[in-house]
Amino acid sequence: MKVFITFLVVVVSTIFFKTTQNKTLQDSIKRGELVYQDFCVSCHLPNGEGVKNVYPPLAKSDYLIKNREASIHGIKYGQNGAIVVNGKTYNNVMPPMGLSDDEIADVMNYITNSWGNKNEKMITETEVNNIKK
Amino acid sequence: MKNSLSIFIIIVIAFQACAQQIESEVKAENPTNINYISELVVPDLNIPWGMTFLPDGSMLITEKAGELIHFKDGEKITIENVPDIYLRGQGGFLDIKVHPDYETNGWIYMTFALSNEDDQGGNTALIRAKLNGNSLTQVEQLYKAEPNTKKGQHWGSRIEFDDDGYLYFSIGDRGERDINPQDITRDGGKIYRLHDDGSVPESNPFIETENAKTAIFSYGHRNAQGMTKNPFTGAIWTHEHGPKGGDEINIIEKGKNYGWPVISYGINYNGTPFTDITEKDGMEQPLFYWVPSIAPSGMTFVKSKIYPNWEGNLLVGSLKFAYLERLILENNKVIKREKLFEDIGRVRNVIQAPDGYIYVGVEGKGIYKIVSKK
Repeated sequence: MKVFITFLVVVVSTIFFKTTQNKTLQDSIKRGELVYQDFCVSCHLPNGEGVKNVYPPLAKSDYLIKNREASIHGIKYGQNGAIVVNGKTYNNVMPPMGLSDDEIADVMNYITNSWGNKNEKMITETEVNNIKK
Repeated sequence: MKNSLSIFIIIVIAFQACAQQIESEVKAENPTNINYISELVVPDLNIPWGMTFLPDGSMLITEKAGELIHFKDGEKITIENVPDIYLRGQGGFLDIKVHPDYETNGWIYMTFALSNEDDQGGNTALIRAKLNGNSLTQVEQLYKAEPNTKKGQHWGSRIEFDDDGYLYFSIGDRGERDINPQDITRDGGKIYRLHDDGSVPESNPFIETENAKTAIFSYGHRNAQGMTKNPFTGAIWTHEHGPKGGDEINIIEKGKNYGWPVISYGINYNGTPFTDITEKDGMEQPLFYWVPSIAPSGMTFVKSKIYPNWEGNLLVGSLKFAYLERLILENNKVIKREKLFEDIGRVRNVIQAPDGYIYVGVEGKGIYKIVSKK
């Protein structure tokens, strides 16, 4: 009986934890979409497809998914110099957008969970804060 | 039958939802025979937003991130005592321009994004200052748009003087498309005109209008990042970014409404329309519109013995397609467009220097000078 109760508690709290985490992630993605519409859309476009040879795509971007820290760093401090995205080299400048750490976390959660991208490990304000120049 | 009819209706609706756009009549072509090359003269710059020449041939360059660089005798000197620049989205250190009578009065004009201490966002400001050694002195704030906002979009800005000594500068709609541009009691989405000391000319169009921002000279603009005096006529020409399509060239006239966002050749970034009309009484038609957008920044006329076959042409930077566009005009109509220096990089700025040479500011690269092929 005792074992069963413990088991039940574990199951229930796991489900509860998962749902709140999901809800937090969903909220962050929603806020991130607003940040995207203001700061990113004019170059990376509504579906994250970018512009050939100039602005790299975010949709199904191997760079974004494989280089989580470098991606956060690029948004936080700006991106300068050549990067390879889906086999193509982009050599351009993205200025730092002057976003706060929570806004960067939100927009990262949005772009890593849109247009075919999937990222279950939520990016938090603390994670962004820990990425230094 | 009923089924196929509903399918037909659905298709029609679906097509209407994607707004139809009319492409620019004159398309950009590849140049057939170009006698000039681009020579990198100031290397290693990030975003050289603005540039202006001093009488000794040295150059002042604004970096969007907030630095003012004096490029003299092949060296970069960072100028001190530059105001704190607010970095947010498209906002930062923007344009710079010396007074036409700089040799007598020493005034330098600058626009940039300005915040205040409590960090509730910012808006575009215009200052003037003098250069003393490697430092700015006598910094005077001449204009500051209100209210501050945390939006990242559409700060403008370019500065120009006309032949009568008036100073013009642009401020974008600050991401408030439906609030700012058509309201002359609000800043944003405007071209402004001031005396060189920042005072508002008595002859400005809305000087008698109640609650109006009296510095406004024209309104209904989206985001002008190109402005130049036509050296042949003295008129002030601007261009502005559209959203998806609908970048425009306009000749600025006193008190006129240039229509944004009531009329536009553009659509939303996601393809949906925000207006059905491209023309309306009381609103100006552009001299030219770009569909698709080139994302124009920087603009100059060519009036120089160095480029005889470009005389009277308009040069415009393209951020999006990474080239310099040459527009050939006839009776204020664009009759031909050419892509110069394709793949040079995001062209942020282009000016003709006092010595007649064309200089081009390219993001991530630096400043190029356009010279004859050897």
